Order: sequence, then C-alpha cells, then structure tokens
Amino acid sequence: MLLFVVSIATFAIFFLVPRLAGMSADDLASRYVGKAANAQVIHDTAIRLGFNDPVIVQYGRFVKGIFTGVDRNYGPGIEHCPAPCLGYSYVSQNPVLPDILNRLPITLSLALGAAVVWVIFGVATGVVSALRRGSFFDRLSMGIALAGVSLPIFFTGIVSLAIFRDQLGLVGDVADWVPFSEDPLTWANNLILPWVTLAFLYAAGYARLTRAGMLETMSEDYIRTARAKGLAERVVVLKHGLRATLTPVLTMFGLDLGLLLGGAVLTESTFSLPGIGKYAVDAISNNDLPQVMGVTLIAAAFIILANLIVDLLYAVVDPRVRLA
Amino acid sequence: MTAALALVASACGGGGGGSKSSTGGGDAAPASQYKAAVTQVVNPSTKTGGTLRMGMPGDFDSVDPGDMYYGYAWNFARFYTRALTMFKPVPGEEGLQLVGDLAEDLGKPSDGGKTWTYKLREGVKFEDGTPVTSKDVKYAVARSLDKDILPSGPTYFNDWLDTGDYTGPYKMKGKLDSWKGIETPDDRTIVFHLKKAYGGFDYFAMLPQTAPVPEAKDTGSKYKEHPVATGPYMFKSHELTKRIELVKNPNWDAATDPNRKQLNDSIEVLLGQNEDDLDQRLLSGKIDVKVNSTGVAANARKTVLTDEKVKQYADSALIDRTWFTNINGDVKPFDNIHCRKAVLYAADRSAIQGAYGGPDAGGDVALSLMPPKMTGYQKIDPYGVEATPGGNVDKAKEELAACGQPNGFSTTISFRNERAAEKQTAEALQQSLGRVGIKLDLKGYPQGDYFKLYAGKPDFAKKNGLGLMVYGWGADYPEGFGFFQQIVDSRVIRPAGNTNLGVKDPKIDALIDQAAAETDATKRGAIWAQVDKQVMDSAFILPYVWAHGLFYRPPTLKNVFVSQNWGMYEFLTLSTQ
Repeated sequence: MLLFVVSIATFAIFFLVPRLAGMSADDLASRYVGKAANAQVIHDTAIRLGFNDPVIVQYGRFVKGIFTGVDRNYGPGIEHCPAPCLGYSYVSQNPVLPDILNRLPITLSLALGAAVVWVIFGVATGVVSALRRGSFFDRLSMGIALAGVSLPIFFTGIVSLAIFRDQLGLVGDVADWVPFSEDPLTWANNLILPWVTLAFLYAAGYARLTRAGMLETMSEDYIRTARAKGLAERVVVLKHGLRATLTPVLTMFGLDLGLLLGGAVLTESTFSLPGIGKYAVDAISNNDLPQVMGVTLIAAAFIILANLIVDLLYAVVDPRVRLA
Repeated sequence: MTAALALVASACGGGGGGSKSSTGGGDAAPASQYKAAVTQVVNPSTKTGGTLRMGMPGDFDSVDPGDMYYGYAWNFARFYTRALTMFKPVPGEEGLQLVGDLAEDLGKPSDGGKTWTYKLREGVKFEDGTPVTSKDVKYAVARSLDKDILPSGPTYFNDWLDTGDYTGPYKMKGKLDSWKGIETPDDRTIVFHLKKAYGGFDYFAMLPQTAPVPEAKDTGSKYKEHPVATGPYMFKSHELTKRIELVKNPNWDAATDPNRKQLNDSIEVLLGQNEDDLDQRLLSGKIDVKVNSTGVAANARKTVLTDEKVKQYADSALIDRTWFTNINGDVKPFDNIHCRKAVLYAADRSAIQGAYGGPDAGGDVALSLMPPKMTGYQKIDPYGVEATPGGNVDKAKEELAACGQPNGFSTTISFRNERAAEKQTAEALQQSLGRVGIKLDLKGYPQGDYFKLYAGKPDFAKKNGLGLMVYGWGADYPEGFGFFQQIVDSRVIRPAGNTNLGVKDPKIDALIDQAAAETDATKRGAIWAQVDKQVMDSAFILPYVWAHGLFYRPPTLKNVFVSQNWGMYEFLTLSTQ
C-alpha cells in the first residue's frame, strides 16, 4: 500500500502538477529532446512518450509495465523490458531497473560500511559518556557529536578529501569505484573516507541518544538490584543497562539505514560515487520521471524492509517484546 | 560555506603539481608560463605508453557520433571516430582550418553549392577489420536524421539535405539505397545533395554524424554502449554514466591518418564527478584532463589565478562564446529601436565582466556579438564601448528622448536562477540602466526550462513583459553560420524552445542566406562580418563579454595546447609520457 501511495504521489508531482500549472504535452516533451529540436520533433516526442494521454492512463501504463513488462522501439527493432519493468529513462533511454540495480552495490557498500562505523563509535561513545558523566571525555565527545550533526557532508567531505587524500595521501582516489569482488582492499581504501564522513554525521546522533538512554537506565531500580546482587560492573552495564537502551537506538537505526539504502544523496555526490543517491540527483535535475519513480519506489521498499527487520530484532534485544 | 571551501581549495590545491601526491610537478618540475598553451604546444613528446586520465563533472550527452551536440563530446569523439573532415589539430589560427579526415580532402562543390562530393581515403577500417565504405557514411548520416531514436545531435542534415520524404533507416527499412539525398556511386565516393546551396558544407562534413557506422552493428539508441571505432582508440568498456575506457584500435592505420597519433596505451574517463573535487584532483595531478567547455570552476579559479605556482600551468583562452542580453522587440517600448539603443549605450559592461569572473576567468569586454577568433571577424565598435566600457549615459539619454521616453521606463529582466553570474549581470544592468531612468524588475527562472517554457517561449516572454533576457551562446563551429544562424535568423523562431530570443530583422535574414550560399570562404567571412554589424545596428542584442575559459594542465601532461576551434584543450594530441 505504501509503495502504491508513494508511486501515485511521485507521478502526480511530476505530471499532474505541471499540467495543472498550464504546461502542455509538448511543453513537457520539450525537456527530452535535443537543443536544436523543432516543433515537429517535440510534438512527435510528446506522442512517443504518451504525454497526450490523460494522466491516469499514463499512470496505468506505468503500473502495467511493472506486472507485464514494456516494449520499446530502439531503432533497428523492438526490445522487451521484462516485468517488473520500471520503464525507460526519458533522457538516456536506458531501462530504469537495471540501472538502479547496477548502482545498488555502491550504495550498499557505502551505507552498510558507514552503519557499522557509526553504530560502533556512536553507541560506544554514548555508553562511556554516560558512565563518565561530566568528565572531560563526556564534554569532548558530546562537543564533537554536536559538530557532527551540525556540519553538512558536502563540507566535511570536501575538507576530508583535501586533507586525507590530497595532502596526506592516506587514501585512494575515492571517485575511482572498485567493486569488492574485484579488489577488496582497494574497495575498502576507496570507501573509508565516505564511511567515516557519513558515520561522523550519524554517530553523533547515536552517541547522544545512547548517552541519554544510558543515563536514564542506569538510574533504574533494577540496575541497583543487579549491582546489589554482586554482578560485575561490565555485566551490569552491557547486559542490563545497554540492552534496555538499545530499543530506541534500533528504531532510529532502521529508519536511517533504510533511508541511506535508498541513496546517500549528499555523500555520493560529494565523493562522486555513482550510487543510487547520485542517480536520484541526476534524475531530479533532468526531470526524468521514470528514473525518479524507480528510485522513489526502491527507496520506499528499503525503508519498509529495514523497519520490518528492526521490528523482528526488537524481540531479540528486548525480552519484554517476546512476552507481549 | 563557499568561503570555507575556497580556503580549503586554496590551502590544499595550491602548488599545482607541487602537492605531495603529484606525479611529477612541484618546484622540481620545469617552469611553465601562464597562457603558454594558448599559442604553442606545451611539453611536446612522442613517447608512447601510459593512460590518459580524464574526468568530467557530468556525462556526455551521448558518445554515439550520431547523437551528440556538445563541443567537448565532438572533441572526445575523434579518439574513436573519423568524420569526413576535421579541424587541423594544431595551435593558433591554423587550427581553424578544415582538412580531410576520413575523406582525402575537403569536399568539391558543384551545382552552385547544392551538391558536395567527397572521396574517402583508401585502407580505412573499422575496429573489427572490416573496410570502411561510403555506404557506411551514408548510413551514419541517414540514421542521425531520426530524432525519435537519436534526439541529441544537431539538425543541420535534417534542415539542409534533400531528404524528400525519407526519415531515416529505422522508420523506412530497406529504403536507404533508393534514397537519393546522399549517393554512393562507388565504395570511396559519397555525394551529398542539398535543398539549397550551402557554401560551408565542409563544416557539416566535420560533424561526428558523418563518422561511418556499420549498419550490421547499429543498435540504435543503444549504439552508445559501444560505438564501432575507426579512430586510433576503441571502446573497451562503457559503464553508462560512470566510466569509459578506450584502448588502442589494432585496425587503425597511421598511414591512413595524418592528423592523429596513438601515443597513449589507454584513455580513461570518469563520469559524473563532483566538480569542486574534480578540480582539486586536476590541480594535484590525479586527473590529467577535465572534460568540459569552460575549464576550472569558481572555487578552483581563485586558486589558479592567485597562486603563481599554480597559475604557470593554466591557460586563459577565448572561446567561441559571447555572453549577452536579448532585447525583446515584442515588449514595449523595445519595439522602438531608440529604446533598444538606449540600453546598449547605458549598460556598464565592466561591471558585467566582473560578474562573469573578470578578464581571465570571465572574458573580454565585447564590442560586438561575433567572438573575435571566429573566421571572418572584423573589429567594429558602433557604441564606443572600448572608450566607455562603463556606459555612455549622455548618448543613452539622447536615445531615450528619440524613443519618446525621456524619463525612462520600467521593464523586466529574466535570468537563469542557477547561474550566479547571470543574476549578478541582471543586478549590474539594473544599476547601470537605472542611471537613465530604466527601471528593471529582476525575474529568475529555472535553467532547465529557461528556453522551453520561459524566455525561449515568445508568448510567455511577451505576456510576462520580459523586455530583457540574459543569455549566452557558443558557436557550433567557428564560422558565422555555426554561430549566428540559431540566434539571429528570425526564421528559426518557433513556438517554444527558441535559441533566437526575438531578433527579427529581414536584413539579417537576407545576409545569412547570402553568406550560406557563398562557396568562397573569404567572401563568406566578409558577409558574416556584415551580419555582425547589422545585429549591432538593429540593437536587438546587448553583447557584453567575449567568454574566456580558464583551463589547467598538470605539469605531467604532454602535447597540450588550446585549440582555437574547440576553445578548450585539443584532446586528440594529449599524452602523459
């Protein structure tokens, strides 16, 4: 249902709104022709892309393509885009789904790698800060966390590239994407800056959330009871304190990871990583509806999937959920 | 934020080849000179080997020779394609000369310039070893006529070839041989028949659309995945929107190609790069060439122009582009020539030059519309701009009085939102025209739809009172027709998507026809100079900057020069060893 609503909303934004604003089918088509196209070429393009049909018919055609596939004339012949087909780009004329799937490993590498970094550093920092509340470490780490959530990635990204790549030469040429299967070391070397930069932004929020949760949990009666029973402090903190704190962290993690899998727009653009986020930026700047629809649906699917996984993990983290 | 980025750029990009990660620059590198590559070949070398690393902020419109329109795409395409003619790949004015490429020589006109015949060189082969014939060239041009499948290329062949009812081989399968718009009497001869005479057809023959395409290997809109090569390099891989890798074409024979060498082992192009980061990598030598038409972007320009260690490896060069504002005769009181001339006199071109980045990064103050390095250019200065670049208020007031608007008037000026220089230009005009009582209301529109829905749509422009429209135009090729026709010929004006934003002067149209039909290049050039003068006399256009590109060449880059034709580095000669 969510995917259906998202697809209708996206379609309406790109088609219905311009038509209501007075744009004709030829006006819409004029975005997808060469710069020297004459009126006839523009008109033919409008017909070819089906812009003269009612918007509901165009939407129906898009949905039909998902279930039955789409045929397209590529010049010398007709090719079939098999179901589920998200259509062909108006600009590049490439089928959308293979383009997105082709970029998925890049976005997956970026998002999952960054997630590992930010969860480890964010949660660990939050725990230590809570246990040493008011200490120099607490103040310093929370100060850094504040900087992390405040500084935009297009700033921290460019600065980190300039320092760690250009001046110190510690990392490779990030823009030169190498798949994990081809060369794992180069893959990691090229991604480490995007991971850290992206994690810097997210870890900050996790550190603050974990710290707040830990402060609250560690003052609970059952923590005092656990200590009174003579449990080791490590067990009290990790098994009884942290575990109870993780539920809201996990909720946030699900949302964040789902969003990132749909495209880390700023990070990919800053580091010239040709992932789904970069694809989304290009699609929007080109008004390329099939590409926008494809990215939106894939992103929405990732958010649903991530939340489903998180819901299942609640039961692992918090035994009360299993009992309920 | 921009200032912070500039600071980082300055701190980290400084030194050009001198940065630690550079592969051969720095203080130890041989000193170079600012603008050295504008007039000569810098770092000449005949050594072979290595990879030429190129990077570009966006993507090519296409790498299919039948479907590309940008100068940098045409420049790049010659690595793997050979059109009938080409610009001589040498520095200086000689680079404006056309020579035979796939053809032995330039075309031979007959029938008063309506028929053009080319003889193909012997021994040219596709990358798979198949000999190239004139039929492959005919097929290539014919397929480019189909703008449904290949929408991005220019429409010169659609407009000028005697196509009759023929619409291309995709829609009219099996009709190619019977189509007489192009004839191939033998495997090495190709004859083009035009609807009307065009003296500059050799420029059309230079377009990548004339690069041969084997019909059996044509995959229509998917041909860009692997165009079949005739040049010294061929596609090894093309990850669409990500990366291109070219390797040596084993079936390219230097004996058939006096204009190219095969110095690099391979050529790599990284696509879709963050432009600020790409500039940093260029300055630190991680990338050899930036693929675009204007060179380094705003942040890096500051570094390049202020750090002498970096500046020595940079070139500021005129490109075939003029920045100007259209004066819309459809909007009152600009239907009166004196009101238009008042704008031309009152404008402060120095301020606008600053908006575009000053003399090095922006360009020279324009005296007329035609860029000065184009074939046929003659210096004119009908508004005395050289003497009064800040504007001539007295003359402007005289023109206003003659227009019947002695106290000035109000109008709207449009610009592209995403272009800071255009917004600053509008502000500069607001200030300078305000001196004579012309009040401007500034109105920005999105860049992507500027011509299709706003300024380039006459109904919209008139209805919304867009009296002035900030604009700029680069030539398709450095000859009058390739520059003027699309922006000052009233007959190209259509309901939307215009490149001529309202120049309607029958005298200009007549001169364009006269120049187009002239087969003598010198006489043709003289007529284009007259067009330039007539454009200024009719006062539909306020030109202010002849654009410069600011280009950077890492110290390790060899055989570098700015092509007068492309207005950027000539890609064909570049190497790294």
